[in-house]
Amino acid sequence: MNKVEALYAKKNEIMKKSVGIDYDKYEYGTLSFDYDLLMEEAGYTLSQIDQIQSIYGANHTPLKELLHINQLVKACSKEGYGARIFLKDEALNDSGSFKARRASIACYHAKKLGFRGVIAATSGNYGAAVASQAAKHGLKCIIVQECYDSLGIGQPEIIEKSRACEAYGAEVIQLSVGPELFYVFLQLLEETGYFNASLYTPYGIKGIETLGYECVQDCLALTNKVPDAIVVTNAGGGNVTGTARGVLQATQKKVQIIGASVNLKGLHMAKDTDFNKKSFTTGHTGFGIPFAINPDRSDVPRSAARPLRYLDRYVTVTQGQVFFMTEVLCLLEGIERGPAGNTSLAAAFAIAKEMKTDQIVVVQESEYTGAGKHHQAQLSFARNQGIHIAFGNPQEEIPGKSILLPNNLKDFTVQEIFLPDVRAQYLKTILGNQESIQEVDIAYLMAETKLTRQEVISYLEQHGIQWEETYAKQTISGR
Amino acid sequence: MIPAQTMVLIESIVLTPEQRLASLPIETRLTPLKMWVKGTLLQEAMLGDSVSIKTATNRVVCGILKEVEPHYTHSFGQFVPELLTVRTMIEEILHEDKSNE
Repeated sequence: MNKVEALYAKKNEIMKKSVGIDYDKYEYGTLSFDYDLLMEEAGYTLSQIDQIQSIYGANHTPLKELLHINQLVKACSKEGYGARIFLKDEALNDSGSFKARRASIACYHAKKLGFRGVIAATSGNYGAAVASQAAKHGLKCIIVQECYDSLGIGQPEIIEKSRACEAYGAEVIQLSVGPELFYVFLQLLEETGYFNASLYTPYGIKGIETLGYECVQDCLALTNKVPDAIVVTNAGGGNVTGTARGVLQATQKKVQIIGASVNLKGLHMAKDTDFNKKSFTTGHTGFGIPFAINPDRSDVPRSAARPLRYLDRYVTVTQGQVFFMTEVLCLLEGIERGPAGNTSLAAAFAIAKEMKTDQIVVVQESEYTGAGKHHQAQLSFARNQGIHIAFGNPQEEIPGKSILLPNNLKDFTVQEIFLPDVRAQYLKTILGNQESIQEVDIAYLMAETKLTRQEVISYLEQHGIQWEETYAKQTISGR
Repeated sequence: MIPAQTMVLIESIVLTPEQRLASLPIETRLTPLKMWVKGTLLQEAMLGDSVSIKTATNRVVCGILKEVEPHYTHSFGQFVPELLTVRTMIEEILHEDKSNE
């Protein structure tokens, strides 16, 4: 066993100490865990979270109707079509993104438990959010980032986030490309005894529930209606999960939850030579699809982010479409924001064209922009990396080779990710080489995938997997 | 000589290519996993020396001294003419729409 494997073998023990949750107690059946109990026992009601976030600058951002963009939507929609788009301007949270909501609860909880510091492994806005919230609580903070390729070229967006973290007093560990970032992360948790401010603990998810709740409440206040759809940028699944859970607490009316990711098909996330060929470091399919198929690949034993439980629809947009909409948001609305945060805006633009004029679609985030993150910085960097930038049909964009800015807004469409396929992939991954599961696992798989009992059973039958009904009943009564 | 207490950047190798995960794509597996950390020098040294630093969380970390008083150089990038074209395109669509009313 080499030193990486030796440390990975201690993972569960390190995690238990660093998040203060004994995940083993939630396990049952052959492959299930009690998600609802995990979320409940983490504590913090929606109103408690709202109070904490109000003190620490991480909620109640304005919901803004994008009036001129909405004119543009109507100008390129069929008669009677073109829904109203509203933007929840999350860039106005302290540290400049919705991630402040997640970090606010993680850091509050770390302080409450008596930890001296917090650690997060993230190259995204979450690093700045944790650093900012840690500063507010007087906690030490370490952010571990995947930052440079082997030639020493840094992705400018990540470099900007290093700067932001340091501005809030954090120690930043910058690494070259590779998933062994997790090895460094575990080493640091073991060495410092700090709290693991993972994006995937119940705290990291509960912090976003207020965002879903506010999207509904703000929309009601402005229009007297609940949104017909909320478009949520999807990467690790936390944004979708937390937002949808918040919506469910705000209204009994059906609000469609639409996930959106930037299409980076063909680029390998762990490949050194692909690292700087992407213009988006998060909110892309390279995270979105693997985390939907296997949520527990995260940095905690059981992820509280479980997007397949909540997604009604999942779409992709291209890098060129997102850059285009980022420029349009500046020009037409006077709102200059970062491109990655506008992934859901680009998707909403296309989706609004399919919806009737009296319908409402809410884009639930935006993020700050600046040197490195700015869409001009990213396009310029991409061009220097040899990426072909031009106007064209977005659907012909090849990630890593071209970025095509749409040349015709009538063809500005999203691509569907067929959720039944993702659900089947989820089942394939979780069931692996299982020969049999228990009755209780069937209900768990139904909740995880939104499939019916019959659909789960027919998958089991097709793959020759048995389930043990009698044993399961005894287990339920014993629990 | 760079005096002690100076803010510096150090580089170290966390994993050699032989120690990297076998499952990695070959392009990554052939390179070492490198780490860069900032902190104040614990003793005077020259660029390229093996040194110890104290980080923002008061940890002591060792590595090769790479940069003195490191600063950021990321920017808003070079001019991207396509963004100007977006402007023209949007103006035309909205103008056309208005003239149709």
